[in-house]
Amino acid sequence: MKRGTTARGTTVFLKFIMATTGLVFIGYLLLHMYGNLMVFGGQEAFDNYAHHLRTFGEPMLPYGGLLWIVRIVLIASIIGHLYAALTLWNRAKGARTTKYAVKKAAAASLGSKTMRWGGVAILAFVIWHLIHFTIVKPAINAEFAANDIVASPYTMVVASFQLWWMVLLYVIAMLAVGLHLSHGIFSAQQTLGWTQSRASYVRAKAIGHAVALLIVVGFLLPPLAILFRIIGD
Amino acid sequence: MTTTTHEAEVAAAPREEGLMNLTLKIWRQNGPRDNGRLVTFKVKDISPDMSFLEMLDVLNEQLQAEGTEPIAFDSDCREGICGMCGLMISGEAHGPEKTTTCQLHMRSFKDGETITIEPWKADPFPVIKDLVVDRGSFDRIIQAGGFISANTGAAPKAEAILVPKENADRAFVAAECIGCGACVAACPNASGMLFMGAKITHLGELPQGQPERDARVVSMVNQHDAEGFGGCTNIGECSHACPKGIPQDVISTLNKDLRTALKRGR
Repeated sequence: MKRGTTARGTTVFLKFIMATTGLVFIGYLLLHMYGNLMVFGGQEAFDNYAHHLRTFGEPMLPYGGLLWIVRIVLIASIIGHLYAALTLWNRAKGARTTKYAVKKAAAASLGSKTMRWGGVAILAFVIWHLIHFTIVKPAINAEFAANDIVASPYTMVVASFQLWWMVLLYVIAMLAVGLHLSHGIFSAQQTLGWTQSRASYVRAKAIGHAVALLIVVGFLLPPLAILFRIIGD
Repeated sequence: MTTTTHEAEVAAAPREEGLMNLTLKIWRQNGPRDNGRLVTFKVKDISPDMSFLEMLDVLNEQLQAEGTEPIAFDSDCREGICGMCGLMISGEAHGPEKTTTCQLHMRSFKDGETITIEPWKADPFPVIKDLVVDRGSFDRIIQAGGFISANTGAAPKAEAILVPKENADRAFVAAECIGCGACVAACPNASGMLFMGAKITHLGELPQGQPERDARVVSMVNQHDAEGFGGCTNIGECSHACPKGIPQDVISTLNKDLRTALKRGR
């Protein structure tokens, strides 16, 4: 048998990068979702939670230390996920340069078919989301003062999601995330070799759909509750 | 009875029940360097009991009679076990049934239907002519590690090495792969993972496959990538197209084996 070759750099290795970084995102999304749901506890609870995220681990960590650790892990994961995705996308394009005149997709789910462009759309949304709630915090809703928005995360969130078109934007983005996860979570398990039997394969698909649904619903509850004035007034 | 009356009788005879007239759009390509194009042909009075390849035989006889060059396509055993035939039929590898092209029958089609027939399209499977592709890349993947290095000699006693039933069954399911290439043809990424996963699972489930297990997966995956196949995105088109129904979990076993090899420093 031929020696001297390595598993590193192979297409399957790139898939391991996709899968592990993807699982980092799932973990982060679940924590983020938990934080968002604190909005149902009222202004004080939500603002305290946001403050505690920054003082977490003090004095062992500096102010905002935990957030920066999380951010660095996320940035590294995005770079890895994107690098592997683009490399594999490019390979796939090169593997069939003459297209079929007629080609049916018999087994592909909507989620699996939209992984690549859906991923690009999610990246665009994440950039907007960071500008919206972290970097710029623009005062889009004229009913709220810019000072109040910067001072209280609760006010910032309420001001944003009282606007129907902003909620619509986030609903569309969350559906895109849900579609991406419905295939991605299953795909990560398959890639990591956790689905070596029929039963575990079916279970992996079910886990993928369930977690995707949980994340979509969990993230959409606060904006919709604010839009319909259940909270925030 | 004169010849003339005989011909008149044949012409007057009612058309046999269920015969079909079909429009075929077939990929014609003179050689590897030609660009290729779809050409339309008509065939008449095709019996639903014919196999798909027999229908093409009829067309080729017709073309030969007209002085047109017959369409080149691969076939060998015509009983679904050799893996030689394989056509993209109206966008589905081996057509609408879960079988090989040679075992596909014309009863799966309707009178008046237009059928598009293309070769497997993947850069690691270059077209030789018309519907014939070169699947040498599969052979090279097998040569890279899809075997066990055993001394040959007299066959050992069957019970000399015991294999648990579950492992034997799974090895057998994976060993059913005939290497036809439908998985690659159906895959949106033109990936060869199902083919490779089948061999890795087949040998990996058996005691004889263990000593070379790590080296096998690393060698085969490297060869697969060097041949220019795409990566797997776990969509499942391959298993759906596979005439032998090789399941997706063999790809998971391949992934697990590569991960284990990586952990052991390969």
